[in-house]
Amino acid sequence: MDTYYVPFTKEMAKDYTILIPTMLPMHFQMIACILRTYGYKIELLDTSGPEIAETGLKYVHNDTCYPAILVIGQLMQALTSGKYDPHKVAMVQFQTGGGCRASNYISLLRKALQKAGYGYVPVISFSVAGIEKHPGFPITVKRLHAMLYGVLYGDLLMTLVNQCRTYEVEKGAAQALADRWTERLGREMGQGGRIRYGHVRENYRAIVRDFAQLPLRKHDAVKVGVVGEIFVKYSPLGNNNLEQFLVGEDAEVVVPGLIDFCLYCVYNNILDHELLGRGQWWLYEVYKIAYRFLCKKKNDMSRVIEEDGHFTAPTPFEHTVTLGKDYIHTGVKMGEGWLLTSEMLELSESGVKNIVCTQPFGCLPNHICGKGMMKPIKERNPDVNIVAIDYDAGATKVNQENRLKLMLANARQKQEAAKA
Amino acid sequence: MNTPPLLTLGIDIGSTTAKAVLLDGDTILFQTYERHFSQVRSKTLEILEEMAVHLQGRAATVAISGSAGLGMAEAAGLPFVQEVYATGEVIRRLAPDTGTVIELGGEDAKVIFFKGGVDERMNGSCAGGTGAFIDQMAVLLDMTVEQMDEASLHHTRIYPIASRCGVFAKTDIQPLLNQGASKADVAASIYQAVVNQTITGLAQGRKIEPKVMFLGGPLYFCKGLRDRFRETLKLDDETAVFPEYGRFAVAMGAALYGRQASKAYTYDELKAALIAAGSGAAQTRDRLAPLFASQAEYDAFRARHAAATVETRDIASYAGPAWLGIDCGSTTTKLVLISEDRKILYSYYNNNKGNPVELVRARLEEIYRLCGHRIQICGSACTGYGEALIQHAFGVDEGIVETIAHFTAAKYFEPDVDFILDIGGQDIKCFQIRNGAIDSILLNEACSSGCGSFIETFARSMGYNVADFAEKGLHSTAPVNLGSRCTVFMNSSVKQSQKEGATVEDISAGLSISVVKNAIYKVIRASSPKELGEKIVVQGGTFLNDAVLRAFEQELGAPVIRPAIAGLMGAYGAALHAMRLRKSTLISPEDLHNFSHTSRSAVCNGCTNHCHLTVNLFSGGHRFVTGNQCQKGAGAATADNGLPNLYAWKRDYIAGLTPRPGARGKLGLPLALGMYELAPLWHRLFTELGFEVILSGLSTRRTYEKGQLSIPSDTACYPAKIMHGHIEQLLETGVDAIFYPCLSYNIDEHVSDNHYNCPVVAYYAELLHGNMDGLKNTTFLYPYLNINDKRLLVKTLLPAVRQLDPTIQAHALRKAVDAGFEALDDYRAAVRAQGELALQYAKENRTRVMILAGRPYHIDPEISHGIDKLACSLGFTVVSEDSVCHLIDPPHVKVLNQWTYHARLYRAAAFAAANQDVELVQLVSFGCGVDAITTDEVRAILESKGKFYTQIKIDEITNLGAVTIRLRSLLGALEERG
Repeated sequence: MDTYYVPFTKEMAKDYTILIPTMLPMHFQMIACILRTYGYKIELLDTSGPEIAETGLKYVHNDTCYPAILVIGQLMQALTSGKYDPHKVAMVQFQTGGGCRASNYISLLRKALQKAGYGYVPVISFSVAGIEKHPGFPITVKRLHAMLYGVLYGDLLMTLVNQCRTYEVEKGAAQALADRWTERLGREMGQGGRIRYGHVRENYRAIVRDFAQLPLRKHDAVKVGVVGEIFVKYSPLGNNNLEQFLVGEDAEVVVPGLIDFCLYCVYNNILDHELLGRGQWWLYEVYKIAYRFLCKKKNDMSRVIEEDGHFTAPTPFEHTVTLGKDYIHTGVKMGEGWLLTSEMLELSESGVKNIVCTQPFGCLPNHICGKGMMKPIKERNPDVNIVAIDYDAGATKVNQENRLKLMLANARQKQEAAKA
Repeated sequence: MNTPPLLTLGIDIGSTTAKAVLLDGDTILFQTYERHFSQVRSKTLEILEEMAVHLQGRAATVAISGSAGLGMAEAAGLPFVQEVYATGEVIRRLAPDTGTVIELGGEDAKVIFFKGGVDERMNGSCAGGTGAFIDQMAVLLDMTVEQMDEASLHHTRIYPIASRCGVFAKTDIQPLLNQGASKADVAASIYQAVVNQTITGLAQGRKIEPKVMFLGGPLYFCKGLRDRFRETLKLDDETAVFPEYGRFAVAMGAALYGRQASKAYTYDELKAALIAAGSGAAQTRDRLAPLFASQAEYDAFRARHAAATVETRDIASYAGPAWLGIDCGSTTTKLVLISEDRKILYSYYNNNKGNPVELVRARLEEIYRLCGHRIQICGSACTGYGEALIQHAFGVDEGIVETIAHFTAAKYFEPDVDFILDIGGQDIKCFQIRNGAIDSILLNEACSSGCGSFIETFARSMGYNVADFAEKGLHSTAPVNLGSRCTVFMNSSVKQSQKEGATVEDISAGLSISVVKNAIYKVIRASSPKELGEKIVVQGGTFLNDAVLRAFEQELGAPVIRPAIAGLMGAYGAALHAMRLRKSTLISPEDLHNFSHTSRSAVCNGCTNHCHLTVNLFSGGHRFVTGNQCQKGAGAATADNGLPNLYAWKRDYIAGLTPRPGARGKLGLPLALGMYELAPLWHRLFTELGFEVILSGLSTRRTYEKGQLSIPSDTACYPAKIMHGHIEQLLETGVDAIFYPCLSYNIDEHVSDNHYNCPVVAYYAELLHGNMDGLKNTTFLYPYLNINDKRLLVKTLLPAVRQLDPTIQAHALRKAVDAGFEALDDYRAAVRAQGELALQYAKENRTRVMILAGRPYHIDPEISHGIDKLACSLGFTVVSEDSVCHLIDPPHVKVLNQWTYHARLYRAAAFAAANQDVELVQLVSFGCGVDAITTDEVRAILESKGKFYTQIKIDEITNLGAVTIRLRSLLGALEERG
């Protein structure tokens, strides 16, 4: 219905710089390398600081969710920085097309651009559902397939770093190792050409081996899981460096991977058909194949971790799906939906009893699947300790950290009690 | 050598107070409780000094606690313990039979449950029911906290006051005061709001088991607050415990925690550690440019603004006619008397101290005295929140809308003015002027009242008056960046910056900049200051603050005009307006002398709304009623003036869906959220299947209260939260099952990119299932359905209905589904037909039409608070968005148009834009995330055709006084435009 956007043409693809806000640094770096093989000039934005939110507040309705304010603020700041020629710049926004207002971030960005006099800047909708058409940036199966490995490598590195960081003998060693691997994998994938899966698995093994050799000082650190709205869950810009804070408090951070969110999106399309009879049958079959494919890819990676034996592997998605069934229906598919609830249960099941549920202030889906599910989860799992933290341009870090400290104090006390 | 055993010291530094306890074993050697005025470190050193005598020759283990103590503990390298945790420690030791702890602090509220699994909870980031909130409210009542507490003990009734957020509460309290409610009642109501906030926001459905231990400063000092808690939780002296150590509990907990510490400190060591903690450089991050770069810049600024002034004339020597203007605002009352040549004879500006009537009376007396027989008052006009009250009390000739008053005054200073920004105590108003008439009006929403009264409250809490506080801001070298969100958030930002060592100067300047940014970016929604206009006049009391004025010019990058009488503009405009009058009805000096005023409260029984009324009685026996939502309460026989009101019509229709006895049992439908539109479908469908279908009915305040204990997410919208009450009502009725389906997708009207429901409407049933224990004793059906395909609906609904009765056959359901859709189609066709009839009526009778555009559930009288009736009483024919949106093609929108309800909004806006005499007013529920997207779009559609955009934010409690002003401003501007 709406064609009110500047399409990204094949011409533009030749010399435009494409700006992408960073959500997960390692994942995005590798994905950027893959995109560069198609000839794009990709620039990942990793700026931080209070000016980002401030710029965002100028251009976006202040009641919009915090991630939109940050992402748009970051892009607008980059555009007006003078670093790029605005006539040779394009931007990327992810769009799932779900019923949450996040699907409208792209419209809000375009409105912001127009307001600032940059209405001509093309914004590419990165959407598997194909909501818009951008001839210069086709999202093909081949491309998605390549990017998938960026996601999987990223998840693997993230999982391992989190399991090492709290215990490392030499401060910063785990992250440094992950950064070296990110660069190497990026370089490797940046050469283009066909991806050999055997080689990918060799890489998995080499990575796990490398991490297993890191000198660690194992001790009883409190394990803290992080779930929530995807942006504030992952992005240090969005969650005031939550991971760093928790590690500083000597906690081990457990964050479910990005591939789970991808699987969740695919799964929802399957269910939309099975539950509500929506979508064509052939598409349904395609989604089912994609689902099985992705599950296998994730499990292959997990198996490498298990075989090595030093680290805890992520829970298989097929199992995660079943965890929430006594709490919330998998039909809840807006925002992070049922996945958020299931991930809390997944964490609890794997022994991570302290959970931070992050969300932008006023997040609509999280009223239901985050805060709305805490009572039933705690009722049936009395040992689980959940704290909901709201992130917002106006929320103070002190307030957030004070609540996290309470959670940690209780966690430590329980740990002491268990020992005694 | 024999070393004496170690002492243990606990220091608790909260957001406003510092507490310390020094223990020798279990004996308390020393304890103190003091306000720290954000001077955290120096206060701690002071306290240390006080206890020095006990520390002579003895070392102590130390632990620090409290939200403001965290930074200091880190800097000084002292052990820190989280305060809720510390409280838990103390209670476990000293009162192990405690069931629940409720602790209120300066900015935090905490609840700890001990029975059935320990659970420690703190308030979220958006919560006002705390000590700082009580302090703020006391300032508003012009009382000390002690006086307020004393007063509350003599209350006779409780008014509902929004408890979620300080800003909301303020907007509820101010009109109560203006309407003459007694301070005793208001004080008790404030406490009740705190109690409600604690119970709903923190307990969230978990039972507060006795004994209940009440801790923290406010609960220690405020007897009235204790009473409210005791009464609300139904506790007696046995089960409600207010221990002597209540204020020190956290400090004691910290002391106990500190015992595990490895290191003990002597007095000198501790002092040295604390001093060293402060010697680090003050945080310089997040600072802004100073307001003035040089003295010369400042001088030029002063000189420029001194020029914009109104001349005064000596009232003692003037003889001739005069006109009086009164502006009775939310926090201040202003009076201006002008001469024939529009010069000011007399002016007055002051805080109305909760009793504007008395204040105006005293001023009038003074004016009459000064006038003597030389000056005749030929006319008077009145504006502002208290307009109606003052007009009735003193026989003021005319009441005019604020916007018109301000515009009239601004024109005096700048005939070509194209933008007026008025920041008052509580309101921000902006008018854009095109072709000599008001072209658009923007007012702040209840939520973003980060304006004048905030600075004032803050100045006072730091021990300054506003003028001195502002003066300080002018000299700041590095204003703090406080962000531009809501007041409550700003409050904690201020506190945080104080902790980081910001000076009063920096904070004052920072607050001014925030107020300005809030106005420009949040209220006006400009992305660049250039959008405002060229000839800008700023006014309102807040602009008397030079720091705010300067911040505004700085943000704008251009000079503006601030009349020297910035605070008096409303009153001056009213006086100018009155100049066309020749003979005044103003109360005579004799009557004024005998004037008396009393007020009492009452409840209107005119309809189910049961408005809380304040009845003002004046000398001479005439009375004036406020608080009423319609004319009935004011004594009129009927509420309406016969104008069509689609909201009322729809309500009647839904009310007509009555139960028919059925063999298969009673099925309850909660009338909230999506049910409002689909009720005809489900009602007919289940009736057809043989169920007795019971709707929970329209909501009242009571409905909300019934369900409020099980609401897990306080920031969800009111239409969702009230759902809990509807479920409770159905459970009380004794239904066999309750049905509220999960619908990811709404009806596809084939005019939008997609047809989702918002996440809250779609899945609220999941939340109800997880949080309402009562549902466990009944069958709660919430199947996932597709209502756009009858065959699929039958398929997905069948397993659900068979849960109720396994004998139901598919073909019976198929028939029922057909009948249901028939009923739904009938209903929707009838809505459209009624919409057309209303439009036709309006055309024939030449009335204006108002599209009150919201969602289907906004017709609920408790959700829209009678705004539809109010609009009717102002002479509008009221239609709903869904009754007219079929009359126009879907407009082009720049957003992803993916929600059914919202697609109607865009069409309704297009319809208003295309038709003369049709105005659109958008109802937005607080917390509606989707409307953050739709409001800008609806506004754009309307403004593209030169129409006014009016938005009304509604919540649990809505101040109808403000809504009235908004709608009257709209009307005034429309009339002026012709």
